[in-house]
Formats: sequence, C-alpha cells, structure tokens
Amino acid sequence: MPDQPASRPSLWRRIAESRNGLGFLFMLPAAVFLLCFLTYPLGLGVWLGFTDTRIGRPGEFIGLENYQWLNDDPVFWLSVFNTLFYTTIASVLKFGLGLWLALLLNRHLPAKNFFRAIILLPWVVPTVLSALAFWWIFDSQFSIISWLLMKWGLISQPINFLGDPWTARWSVIAANVWRGIPFVAISLLAGLQTIPQSLNEAAAIDGATPWQRFTKVTLPLLTPIIAVVMTFSVLFTFTDFQLIYVLTRGGPVNATHLMATLSFQRAIPGGQLGEGAAIAVAMIPFLLAAILFSFFGLQRRKWQQGAD
Amino acid sequence: MASVTIRDVRKSYGAVEVMHGVSVDIDEGEFVVLVGPSGCGKSTLLRMLAGLEHITAGQILIGDKVVNDLPPKERDIAMVFQNYALYPHLTVAENMGFSLKLKGVSRHEIEQKVTPAAEILGLAHLLDRYPRQLSGGQRQRVAMGRAIVRDPQVFLFDEPLSNLDAKLRVTMRTEIKNLHHRLQTTTVYVTHDQIEAMTMADKIVVMHDGRVEQIGAPLELYDRPANLFVAGFIGSPAMNMIAGRIEGGAFVSEGGQRLPLPPGAHAGSGKLIYGARPEAITLGGDIPLTILVTEPTGAETHVVGQLGGTQVTCVFRERLTAGPGEIVNVAIDAAAVHLFDAESGVRLSN
Ligand SMILES: Nc1ncnc2c1ncn2[C@@H]1O[C@H](COP(=O)(O)OP(=O)(O)OP(=O)(O)O)[C@@H](O)[C@H]1O
Ligand SMILES: [Mg+2]
Repeated sequence: MPDQPASRPSLWRRIAESRNGLGFLFMLPAAVFLLCFLTYPLGLGVWLGFTDTRIGRPGEFIGLENYQWLNDDPVFWLSVFNTLFYTTIASVLKFGLGLWLALLLNRHLPAKNFFRAIILLPWVVPTVLSALAFWWIFDSQFSIISWLLMKWGLISQPINFLGDPWTARWSVIAANVWRGIPFVAISLLAGLQTIPQSLNEAAAIDGATPWQRFTKVTLPLLTPIIAVVMTFSVLFTFTDFQLIYVLTRGGPVNATHLMATLSFQRAIPGGQLGEGAAIAVAMIPFLLAAILFSFFGLQRRKWQQGAD
Repeated sequence: MASVTIRDVRKSYGAVEVMHGVSVDIDEGEFVVLVGPSGCGKSTLLRMLAGLEHITAGQILIGDKVVNDLPPKERDIAMVFQNYALYPHLTVAENMGFSLKLKGVSRHEIEQKVTPAAEILGLAHLLDRYPRQLSGGQRQRVAMGRAIVRDPQVFLFDEPLSNLDAKLRVTMRTEIKNLHHRLQTTTVYVTHDQIEAMTMADKIVVMHDGRVEQIGAPLELYDRPANLFVAGFIGSPAMNMIAGRIEGGAFVSEGGQRLPLPPGAHAGSGKLIYGARPEAITLGGDIPLTILVTEPTGAETHVVGQLGGTQVTCVFRERLTAGPGEIVNVAIDAAAVHLFDAESGVRLSN
C-alpha cells in the first residue's frame, strides 16, 4: 500500500467524516453532563466508602475496613432485613391493591373521572405531609384507629403503633402502601385501557368466565406494563427514606431502620461519612439485582410489536 | 345448527331508542345478511344476538330457547369481529383452540380440531405465528378459523371484510360462501355493502334507522323493492327515481316527459315516483336523453344524462359514440318499472 502522507486528511477531518467519530462528537455533551452530575457523585460515594472520612476531617483510604466493620454490625444486618421485608411486603400489597383498584376504575362507574382524580391524591400530597398525617394516625395516645377500635370495644387500651418493633414495621408499610398505590393503580389503569374491549367480548363468546377472562386475556396482555410499573415501585420502595425518617427515625430500637435511613443517620448526624457511604454502596448489589430482574421482565414478549 | 327468531326486539341507550321493534325469522342453515346504512343498528342487533348487549324489549330465540338472559358463553354462537379481535399473545393455533382449551378439551383433541380447520382456510403453515406476524387477510381467516373450530349453532359476522382491499374482499366473499356450503351452519352476516349482501345472502334483511325495511331473497329485493329506501339501497348504480304523476294512461314526469307505465298500473291521483333501474333503459326508442357524462367500462357503458328533467344513470350494453351534450333516444322497459307513492315511499302493487 503506497503511503501518501501529503494527501492524508487532518485528524479533525477524519473524525468529522467518519460515522463513529461524528456520533461520538454528538454524544459528547450528553456524556459530559452524565459524567459531571451522575457519575461523579456516584464515584465520590463509592470512594468515600473506602475511606474513614468524617465530617470536618478528610479521610484516608482504608480499603475494605468499613465493610468488614459493617459485616460484624448487627444493626446493619437488621437494616438489610428490614429493607427486604419492607420492600417485599409493600410491593406485593401495592401490586395487589393497585391492580384491584385499576380493574375497578376500568369499569363503567358513575362519576368515574371523579374517582380517578381522588385516587391520585395520596401521590400528589408531599411525602412529608402525608408522613406527618400518618404520624398522627399512629400516635400512641391520640391515634384515631385506637380510638375507633376502643369505641367498638375491640381493644381495651391504645395500640402503641410505632413503639413496638413489629407493629412499627407494619405501620410504616401501611403508610408506604397508601402512598404508593396511586402510582401503581393509575399506571395499570392506563395499561388496561390499551386492551381492546373486543378481546374481552371475544373471550366471553369463546366461553371464558370473568375470572378466565382476567387470567387468560387481561393479565397476559398487561404483563409488559406490570413489569415496568413494579420495577419502578420496587426501586422507589427499596430506597425509601422520607416516610421512615419522619415517622420513626428508624426506631424503635432500629426496628424500622432501612439501609437508606441507617446510611443517612451514620453519615450526617453521626458524622461517619465513610461508614454511611459504605452502607449506601451496599444497596447497589440489591438494586442491580432488581434492575437485572426487570431487564428480563421488560424484554419484549414474542407476541409484542417489534419483538424481532 | 339452529334457527334464530328475533321477535319485536327493541334497544334503548338511556332514553334514546335506537332499535324500534325488529322481527326476523332465520331458518336452520340459512345465510342471512343484515344490510343498511351506517348507524342503522346492524351491529347492535348482532351484539344482542351474541349476548354482548342487553335486550331492552322483545325476544331472541336460538333454536326454540329464549336466550334473552343467557350470557354469551351459553348461547353456543361464534362471532367474527370487524377488527378480528385475535388474542395478540396467543399463536394462530392457540387462538383457534382457545375456546376448546377453556372447555378443558385435551391437547390432542384440540389439535385434531384445529388442524383440519386450518387446512380448510389455508392456515396450516401459519399455526405457530402470532397475529402481528400475519397480513390482514390471514388475520381475517384466523378469526374465521376460531369460529369454525367451535362448531357453533350460529355464526355471526360483523363486517368481516371491511378492512380488506377490494380484490381480497371478493376472494374472501367466495371463501365464506364456500365455507357455508360446506358447514351449513346458520349464519348472520352484517355488512353495509349491498353487493356483498346480494352475492352472499340466502336472505337479506334491509335495515334503516332501527327498523326493518324489507326481508327477502336478493333478487326478490331487486325485482320488487317494497319501498323507496330499499329501491335506492339495493342495486348499483342505484335505481333512477323520477317524480311525476299518471295522466291519460302514461306517466308524466315533472319535466313533462311521457314515460311508459308498467302493465296493470292503475291511474293513481297523487304524486308518484317512477323507478327505473339503469339497465331497464335501452338505446333506441323515442325518449330523448341528454348525455352529461359517459363512462365506458369495456363491457358496458355507464351514461349519466338528463331525462324528463331528472338526472338518470343508464347502463348500456352497446358502446356509445355520442358524447356529452348530445341527445340520444332511449326506451324504457315498462315491465321492469317500479311505481312508488311519493308521500309514503311505499311500492304501488303491480
Ligand atoms: N353505546 C351506545 N350508546 C348510545 N348509542 C349507541 C351506542 N352504541 C350504538 N349506539 C347508537 O345505536 C345506533 C346503531 O348503532 P350500530 O353500531 O348498531 O350501527 P351500525 O348499523 O352497525 O353502523 P355501522 O355500519 O356504522 O357499523 C347508532 O345510531 C348509534 O349511535
Ligand atoms: Mg357496525
């Protein structure tokens, strides 16, 4: 091959004219943006997890010491258990109740639009506000639930909702479910509305009972939407912070500490930035697992448009 | 197979009555076509037959059983929807076997029923595809296959060909007709296309605004339309309608043109409508026709012209050399002329 250095275009020209080079150029602004605002904090967090940084004192690299320390820390393991328990139970409840609500709202109800708007309420109220409301509902003395149950003679003294580990766990789950249902219900309702009515009619003529119509037509057609909605729901729940922090601050005796709240508490009020970061980093494998799971769940089904 | 009886059926949506007492008798094995303009209530009637729509008043019987309050699954009918309503998440084979699977029929037996049905419809090589991988015509066939596999008492079709192109529509028309010959299942077929109705039906039910205008065999409707609506709806190009009255043994149009009366027409006094089908007008004769447009189609020549002050369409067998503006003389076959009362639109007996 003859070498012709004289006619060789400049590096710039070659980049500008090659397809990949040009593509890279166009992606550059987005890449820089991502690097600065997403990757940098993430990288910093991960780095902090390997140091003994405290507030007001730059740390030094200490390798895996934070993680070894966490491994021997029962409170950390309790928070892992709490997070998994909280996420699993709340997600299952949100899915079940949300789907049920969506199915109800998809029928021809009088004042349908009114109900659809009402459903959204828990979601548009700021979390802190709803958390405060629940705080009042779960109050050990003035709880409306205790008051009602006592009035009906079902219990003799107020329930200490947030004072006992297990009632506290269930209480925060209840608050989270209340808050998360609208998202699930409205999203699934949107999904339901994409299913043509004639499919249900065809199934009815084919001899399907209402339950069979649901399990054999509606549900399979809804799976792609369910996968998206539940992925988001699980991620939101797993990383929940506000509700817990306002309601219990992780108490009683760490019974409701999630990884997110524990991380914050160790890092900011506790001042152990390195350790807090390590806890947060420990969430990553769980989140990755969830994302991987949804990646397969979200893959186009063979019957879906554009699957090939 | 079963007969179907529709007795004075009415349907209201809220306070609005859209079906004002429809009665139709359908014999076992008959192919009945419901035809009428958009919004006349064909789909509504079909959906009431299927059990998808509540019957406000009247009775529907399948066989000799009143089915008014039976849910669709207990009526033993199969329906082909206009948009086919194939289950997108099931393959062609699964779509066709869906009803059997619901009944708990064994896999082997389902296959034994699906395979021959697929062969009849030319779907045998598509059984593993999903609906999205099929063409419109193939989807239509799968929808029919799903109905055939059921082996129901009655087939219901709601404008099944309206999404297909003109050529495929003609092919599918023949296929559906063949299928009916083969299976002899009672069929109710909805369309707004009168040609489809004419070519496929044993019996046509012409509907208009929630009422039945006329019921009869295709040629019966063509030859003896009961009223102006049916006369204008059946036949293409449509029947020519000329307003006028009978004077001195002949029909005199509002434009003063004398036209021959059908035999046995007695002199009425009121205003009449003189109906002549395009092919009842032939070249030669003594009635002047001013040509406006000629449309040669090869076998025939369609001519639009002025006759007695009214615009008419004629279909001539001959090729025409005369062009727009020229006048040709035509004759009207008096035996093929229909007379209607102008006020009520009712056919005057002859
Ligand atoms: N759910 C409904 N609520 C109120 N009116 C309705 C409803 N469904 C149908 N109608 C009315 O009933 C009449 C008959 O409707 P239908 O669908 O049976 O017409 P069609 O003959 O099938 O027309 P097309 O040829 O356009 O399908 C129409 O006037 C329509 O407006
Ligand atoms: Mg219709």
